[in-house]
Amino acid sequence: MGNRVVITGIGIYSCIGENLEEVKKSLYEGKSGIVIDPLRTEMGYQSALTGMVKDPHLKPFLSRRERIGMHQPAQYAFMSTKEALEMAGMDIDYLEKNETGIIFGNDSTAGAVIETIDKIREKKDTSLVGSGAIFQNMNCTINMNLSTIYKLKGINFTVSAACASGSHSIGLAHLLIKQGLQERVVCGGAQEINEYAMGSFDALGAFSSKQSTPTKACSPFDRDRDGLVPSGGGATLILESLESAEKRGATILAEVCGYGFSSNGDHISNPNLDGQVRSLEMVLKQSNLTAKDIDYISAHATSTPVGDSVEAQAILKVLGSQTPVSSTKSMTGHECWMAGASEVIYSILMMQNDFVAPNINFENPDEDSAKINVIPETKKDYKINTFLSNSFGFGGTNSSLIIKKWARGE
Amino acid sequence: MNRKKIIEKTKEFLSDEFEVEIDLILPDNNLQKTLDLDSLDYVDLVVVIEDSFGFKVTGEDFKEIVTFNDFFDLIENKLKK
Repeated sequence: MGNRVVITGIGIYSCIGENLEEVKKSLYEGKSGIVIDPLRTEMGYQSALTGMVKDPHLKPFLSRRERIGMHQPAQYAFMSTKEALEMAGMDIDYLEKNETGIIFGNDSTAGAVIETIDKIREKKDTSLVGSGAIFQNMNCTINMNLSTIYKLKGINFTVSAACASGSHSIGLAHLLIKQGLQERVVCGGAQEINEYAMGSFDALGAFSSKQSTPTKACSPFDRDRDGLVPSGGGATLILESLESAEKRGATILAEVCGYGFSSNGDHISNPNLDGQVRSLEMVLKQSNLTAKDIDYISAHATSTPVGDSVEAQAILKVLGSQTPVSSTKSMTGHECWMAGASEVIYSILMMQNDFVAPNINFENPDEDSAKINVIPETKKDYKINTFLSNSFGFGGTNSSLIIKKWARGE
Repeated sequence: MNRKKIIEKTKEFLSDEFEVEIDLILPDNNLQKTLDLDSLDYVDLVVVIEDSFGFKVTGEDFKEIVTFNDFFDLIENKLKK
């Protein structure tokens, strides 16, 4: 059995809102955050579509030394973590005195690395790069920066698992708390948005070409979908043992019931039905739940022709045809390393406010999506007690989470 | 560049880089304590000197520096060379 694991704080910094309140409104209204980035057009991107967030102004919150090792991933993660910790009622003093871990999802620091290398090429002298570059360049940049700022003394490492990084970070934090190895873990995911970050992904021709209609470009499950739209930001969840949360008198938002995972062991980029099915079956088993217990499925669906079809088949096979499904990527674009965490937060907001966010731009189903219950418009006054969130990544890494509305007796 | 201008320019970049009030950068004040420098900050000090004056200092150059006055001397001497 192990400890029950609850969520006591969430925070978000995304292209559909820079805090929970803004994001909740965008989700309810089905508002897209997708724009054209002229820099990408200049650089020869096949598609300049992207979600966009502002670089946050951190000077009011952090000293020079705390800021200097941060590039976009850590900056975005700081913003979402600040909001999540405030909600959880944990300040630096509390964190310093009560062992707390951090497992964050991140899988690139392209912007920081390229800026550093450009400087070395220009100066031909590494001593003129400055002291912050190394802490911006390493993939564990978020862990290094946040653990230092918040005086975290528990587990401390980064999860790099492509577009499932954020989801695996929650799953691993869940396991550590369940087994009694940690009482509290800060987890989540972040994704840089800069013109360097997505060039190699765009090279695959995987991005939507619908540049004349940015807000319509990302259309998961739709018959005419033609590719994903990259995006980014930061998403943080505070996971805690039930005992710790109750001892603190914290407000409990939800419970993490289970974590399922698998590896396809197959093609490096193509999805695999068997791998996804195994991840879904595992999360149900780990949660001691069945398909009929799931009220909402937050799909991974990114708007690629093959990926969405395979996921629809996996959902149909394991979870059936009736449960409401939507992909919030239709509004946010694909938040990649952050997506598995942000999408759990989006679903918690839906659960708290009794609605299902729409899978916008779903106008015509294809053969596979016609067999599941994709929600094209906001489903109002719908109670979600339990939801399942899927994340799949390059290299065939799959992660599924089941989260339940908090109820003490169950 | 005369000493007055060197001091003016130096105070400005130190204040900007290390986010310290310019009024605290006084000739007899301790450089390390006033700017709250740790070992990493000296790496950045090398960078801002190069950006501001176009020459490079090394860790050795900082060994004898205690006050801002010592620092102004260092800059002045390097510029003369």
